Amino acid sequence: MGDTWIAREISLSPRVVFPNKILPYLLVAPQLAITLVFFYWPAGQALYQSMLRQDPFGLKSRFVWFANFRKVLADPAYLNSIKVTVVFSLATAIVAMVVALLLAVMAEKAVRGKGLYRTLLIWPYAVAPAIAGMLWLFLFNPSIGSLAYLLRSLGIVWDPLLNGTHAMILLVSAAAWKQISYNFLFFVAGLQAVPKTLIEAAAMDGAGETKRFWTIVFPLLAPTTFFLLVVNTVYALFDTFGIVHAVTGGGPGKTTETLVYKVYNDGFVNLILGDSAAQSVILMAIVIALTAIQFRYVERKVHYG
Amino acid sequence: MIGQSPLRTFIAHAVLILGILIVAFPIYYTFVASTHTLQTILRPPLPLLPGDQLWNNYSEALFGGIGRIGGVSVGRLLLNTTIMALGVAVGKIFISILSAYAIVFFRFPLRMTFFWLIFITLMLPVEVRILPTYKVMVDLGMIDTYAGLIVPLIASATATLLFRQFFMTIPGELVEAARVDGAGPWRFFFDILVPLSRTNIAALFVILFIYGWTQYLWPLLVTNSNDMNTIVIALRKMVSFADADTQWHLVMVTAMLAIVPPILVVVLMQRWFVRGLVESEK
Repeated sequence: MGDTWIAREISLSPRVVFPNKILPYLLVAPQLAITLVFFYWPAGQALYQSMLRQDPFGLKSRFVWFANFRKVLADPAYLNSIKVTVVFSLATAIVAMVVALLLAVMAEKAVRGKGLYRTLLIWPYAVAPAIAGMLWLFLFNPSIGSLAYLLRSLGIVWDPLLNGTHAMILLVSAAAWKQISYNFLFFVAGLQAVPKTLIEAAAMDGAGETKRFWTIVFPLLAPTTFFLLVVNTVYALFDTFGIVHAVTGGGPGKTTETLVYKVYNDGFVNLILGDSAAQSVILMAIVIALTAIQFRYVERKVHYG
Repeated sequence: MIGQSPLRTFIAHAVLILGILIVAFPIYYTFVASTHTLQTILRPPLPLLPGDQLWNNYSEALFGGIGRIGGVSVGRLLLNTTIMALGVAVGKIFISILSAYAIVFFRFPLRMTFFWLIFITLMLPVEVRILPTYKVMVDLGMIDTYAGLIVPLIASATATLLFRQFFMTIPGELVEAARVDGAGPWRFFFDILVPLSRTNIAALFVILFIYGWTQYLWPLLVTNSNDMNTIVIALRKMVSFADADTQWHLVMVTAMLAIVPPILVVVLMQRWFVRGLVESEK
């Protein structure tokens, strides 16, 4: 962001414009109205409530400054939730990206059938995360799941409904499965942008295929990889609420209670308003940080081609 | 082109086919389950091939009511979800193209303030303002309405940013020519700008349709009555792993009906979808 961004803004805007005085306000009015009513007002309320504490009957509330934040950040359940979220997000992002990169590299090599492979790999993008979770639970639940049955007959003890680690593995699998298509498309686009002459030159110098990949292709993919890391983290943080809600409900025993699920559960189910609002504000700070990182990346890409 | 050994090509195809099997298996198996009787599903392992209950299960789910969700039929759920997905996609495109038009082609006081106000909404997803937004919905009487499902989701920065980016590549000469020919701002908008934006609109439509169709947290918050649920939420209500009376054959039919429409949109509009996705995010 910053100066360069504004400079670009000025240089790229067409200098020829329409002279109307009222019309532009009418044009932005719908979006602005919705934004103010459904975004800024509630976000402001969240900020305000995060500094209020209500008595148990919800009759009186008093202003407590940052006491809610101190309480939330000292709460072992919240710290546990942070840990769960970090493990879940990193595992999801890494699994989804590694599988997608492998498939994209293979698709580049397979000269024939590339289009067909792509068509068959993009399906899960259209599946709602919650449904993805339910399908995986259908396959892997201990009572009627066919793949759970397979695991059992192989002698593997498996119960995602009672074992926290198993529940986490199931959530990560479903969340990563759903995200493979997205990452695949970006890696394919990134691979296509790698100059073929560079690879041919390296081949002539005698670099083998594996070496060419790690010394030329992979470094050139770094911007794509970094961008996807941010997007996948945001996805794992927020869009996977449906998976957690539909599959584990945070359980067993809070082993899969992610930050977003906890905000929902504390505020909407348990009605602890101040805590929930403080948690919302902490999440807001995380989103702002991630968005800033994402835009810095965009900025860099503009500068260095 | 560098020569490639047949073995490596073979490995590439093998890995891709394995990948497709992993990606497609859960969806294929859901289809298989949706064509068997409840009794067959309850006794794992489920056969790998479809059964003979296709017609029975689908007609029961589509035209009969499903007990667990208050007797609402899947047809009604599909209608709700379609209205929501179309409403979100069309609404978002409509209000964003208008505001991007104002920001790029007009100069007026507070122009950049408005731009930043819209831009910052990127950082305020529903998840960080659950309760207060719910309260606004209650105050406005928008719980259990289509407007409640759609309107709060149609304001977001991404579509506006995309249109703005595209509009800025349109040469000023075009605007000048239009003005010399006596075309006013509306004429320019409808006769030049909208036709030029066709590909962008198609790409955005696919992405936003999927976005609307797959929403979870928002419909969970703003719908209480069973007949206003979207298909994804209803599916969640139909499933219980704890007790034995889940009607799995109907659950599987509902799951199929919930995932096939968006998959068709993505696959059939693949060209625009891929372009829109890779370009709009960059």
